[in-house]
Amino acid sequence: MITTDLLALLPIITLTGVILVVMMVIAFARNLALTCLCCSIGLALTLAAIAWVSINLEPQYVTPLIVVDEYALLFSSIIVIGAFFICLLAYSYHADRGENQDEYLMLMLLSTLGGIILAHSAHFASFILGLELVGVSLYAMISYPVRGFFSLEAALKYLILSGVSSATLLFGIAFLFAVTGSLSFQGMADATAHMEHASVFVLIGATFVLAGIAFKLSLAPFHMWTPDVYEGAPAPTTAFLATVSKGGIFAVLLRFFVSFDGFRFEAILESLFWVALLSILVGNILALMQDKIKRVLAYSSIAHIGYLLVGFLAASAVGGKQLAIEASMFFLIAYFVTTIGAFGVVTIMSGSTESEHDTDQLSQYEGLFWRRPLLATFFSAMLLSLAGIPLTVGFIGKFYIFAAGVQSGLWQLLAAVVVGSGIGLYYYLRIIFSMTKQPVSEDEIDIPLAGGWALGMVSVLLVVLGVYPTPVVEWVTSVARALT
Amino acid sequence: MTMILIMLTLFIGGLAAWMIEGWNRDLPRWISIASITLAALLLVPLLDAPVEMLPLAHGVSAPWLEYINVPWIPRFGISFVFAIDGLSLLLVALTIFLGFVAVLSSWSEIEKRPGFFQFNLMWTLAGVVGVFVSLDLFLFFFFWEVMLIPMYLLIAIWGHEKKSYAAMKFFLFTQVSGLIMLVAILALVLVHYSQSGVLTFNYFDLLGHSIDPDLAFWMMCGFFVAFVVKLPGFPFHSWLPDAHTQAPTAASVLLAGILLKTGAYGLIRFTVPLFPDAAAEISTLAMSLGAIGILYGALLAFGQSDFKRLVAYSSVSHMGFVLVGVFAWTELSIQGSVMQMVAHGFSTAALFMIAGALQHRLHTRNMNEMGGLWQEAPRMGAIAMFFIVASLGMPGLGNFVGEFLILLGAFAVNKWITILATLGLVTGAMYALMSLQKVFQGEREYPHKNGGISMPDFGMREMIAMIPMMIGLIYIGVYPQPVFDLVNPVLASLYELTGTNNKTWVGVLP
Repeated sequence: MITTDLLALLPIITLTGVILVVMMVIAFARNLALTCLCCSIGLALTLAAIAWVSINLEPQYVTPLIVVDEYALLFSSIIVIGAFFICLLAYSYHADRGENQDEYLMLMLLSTLGGIILAHSAHFASFILGLELVGVSLYAMISYPVRGFFSLEAALKYLILSGVSSATLLFGIAFLFAVTGSLSFQGMADATAHMEHASVFVLIGATFVLAGIAFKLSLAPFHMWTPDVYEGAPAPTTAFLATVSKGGIFAVLLRFFVSFDGFRFEAILESLFWVALLSILVGNILALMQDKIKRVLAYSSIAHIGYLLVGFLAASAVGGKQLAIEASMFFLIAYFVTTIGAFGVVTIMSGSTESEHDTDQLSQYEGLFWRRPLLATFFSAMLLSLAGIPLTVGFIGKFYIFAAGVQSGLWQLLAAVVVGSGIGLYYYLRIIFSMTKQPVSEDEIDIPLAGGWALGMVSVLLVVLGVYPTPVVEWVTSVARALT
Repeated sequence: MTMILIMLTLFIGGLAAWMIEGWNRDLPRWISIASITLAALLLVPLLDAPVEMLPLAHGVSAPWLEYINVPWIPRFGISFVFAIDGLSLLLVALTIFLGFVAVLSSWSEIEKRPGFFQFNLMWTLAGVVGVFVSLDLFLFFFFWEVMLIPMYLLIAIWGHEKKSYAAMKFFLFTQVSGLIMLVAILALVLVHYSQSGVLTFNYFDLLGHSIDPDLAFWMMCGFFVAFVVKLPGFPFHSWLPDAHTQAPTAASVLLAGILLKTGAYGLIRFTVPLFPDAAAEISTLAMSLGAIGILYGALLAFGQSDFKRLVAYSSVSHMGFVLVGVFAWTELSIQGSVMQMVAHGFSTAALFMIAGALQHRLHTRNMNEMGGLWQEAPRMGAIAMFFIVASLGMPGLGNFVGEFLILLGAFAVNKWITILATLGLVTGAMYALMSLQKVFQGEREYPHKNGGISMPDFGMREMIAMIPMMIGLIYIGVYPQPVFDLVNPVLASLYELTGTNNKTWVGVLP
């Protein structure tokens, strides 16, 4: 291993170092504020390391497992930025609870590390490594509030189902390995390059791999765990699960498909088509029937990953790859911003509750506009962004998806997106409407400093990127160009 | 620059009104008045601004008063293209004027969060102004959606008993049809890109390209649906009665006065010029829809006992004329449509204000509980009569000019549909006069039913809003030439661009 290799790994090394430091800090002083400070400084350092690597180093492989390129750095930076905001929110959430919550943040950093490794992985070994690092930390993060039964239930559910899906994934990888004799994405691509049609084993392998990934991304019909886990987990964990974990896995999926050129296999595309269609419809329709904000957001996230898949599938058309990859990446960034913001509001609302549930009943948000105008405005902005209304980043994201879909002529999927967005509007607007009602309770809602700032920054980001997305657009354009 | 300044004035005025609410509850509406006045003053220099000829396509040029093009998202060739011509200027002026009326009509009606109310009002106005002056299709779509949210909030927060349902329906209809338009916009842009290698959303570049007829037909449908939902044309009108009835007075004024016009504007500016052949293909269908809308709207209006609902259905009927006029696409009929838009803006806004005033005083919109109000409120009665006869198409008032020109122009294109549409003038008289009778004439019923509520007449503030609209209607009814002078060069260029040769009328206008 030479120096440039180590330098290229700088973000991963930095974050690992930070995790060790945080562990030591917790061992010496149990002080949540201090831990949170260390974590956020650590994440900022990691981001700086990412920026340094992206400016100073050429794209390169570090061992066959890890590839450090613009693509990896883009996903790493959105994962780290997301983790930064969730860290602040988590601090506010746990600060009032008066239990020993310090390790929570450390687990979160570990999981973030897993996400970064996923973004860098070019090999199934590093993929599994990152995946399990994300997953194992998440089990603990979901069950963290020990006072309630629900989070334990959620954690158990996630543990078992996630284990099963990992097994499925490994099984599929074994098939692919049997055919190609390689575990690296590039190796597999080379070994299958001559195939016009996928052989049976490749198909079986790819199906199992996709099923495992679809489970982690909570795509229909592998979505059953999502609402329960989202509901049972503490709000910051839910935010983390919905963004960092899914973002990392999507990064692998996209990279694998682009280098493997999975888009040439009709059968795989067809199954992904149905998965996307089902996710959009199932997510949106089931969200209609929910009365809990977290469950609504869970189903809407199923639908959103479905939209993301539309952008992804657009890469199958001739000449559509560049735009499709851009669209997927931009949509994912928009999804990050919006989801963190939406769960951020739930986090802050739940901050001072004594109940074992988070504050997520729709009725608890009634009259929020008059009780906490700013919080309600933030939440409305998030919901409108989820609905894809202009002035928000969600609009640009959805526009990108539409552009990619039209470019590749995916008319059925676009129709599903239009129908889905229409249904989606109904339940987002229902929340906004209930916030405008006369308040029923006059309970004081405290907005904690750290969480409030985090939410404020996310909201500003949401609007700024919605009005002037050009810098991010240029970024994803150049990354997509480098990837294809 | 003027357009951007106007929008900024409204955006910032709205924010200021919201911010100041915590400090003083009366100031927000004054801030609104001030920013609207400022916006109006900004508009004045454009009235005699020098005209710049910009090429559209096929060697046709159009006169523009202002044109700005600043890159926004270069990746997609999206720019801030703000341009204003006579047509836009007329509609922007109408918007600002009706904004003024809306603020006056909400003067004492809004108790809850007056600052936030004014904020939403101002942002709706700014969004509509944006729609009228954006000539980049992405930017247009952007404003098209932006104006929805504040309007949604106006209905959802300050509306009447079924506000949640009405607001939701309004938003869903417009948003979903808007997304269909977005798909059409993208398809158009990509087709243009594949032909010319230039990725752009600029209206001027997209005009006049030959597209595969099948594809053009579907794209045209995407635009058509979005605009006809907004217009609203039969059978997409069902959101309108609910939204209008449940909205607070000021929001009804804006909805009927200007939001509906964005649909008509879109048809004139985008649907037909971008896809002339495809539009010609469905022109018979569209005109039939218009004629059905005229009669169906009138029929339903006649059946209402709720005064606001009656006015709402009368809007469906009147906007049906616009649809007929646009799709007849003769020079006369388009002129008539524009005139109808302006006249309908005045008359319906005024009628909604009267409905709002009645509801504010009597706490009911049910016409069966009213009657004989003229005795106690003679000013209100007289004004109501004025606007009711205006809306039924009395010669000498603006609506007559519009409807007459539409029918005259459309007759040359399709006799039978025009004859059917003409029946609308008769049915219009029926419901309009019926409402006048029920509310202002006959026995005085309301004291018995409402426990002797006093019925104050129109005050100073309401007269200030009403009198300019009356003058306006009389003016364009008697001497419509200035309006035609303003919009004719624009319409003529669009007309020339689409290359239709329906020159069957006897040339009367320059």
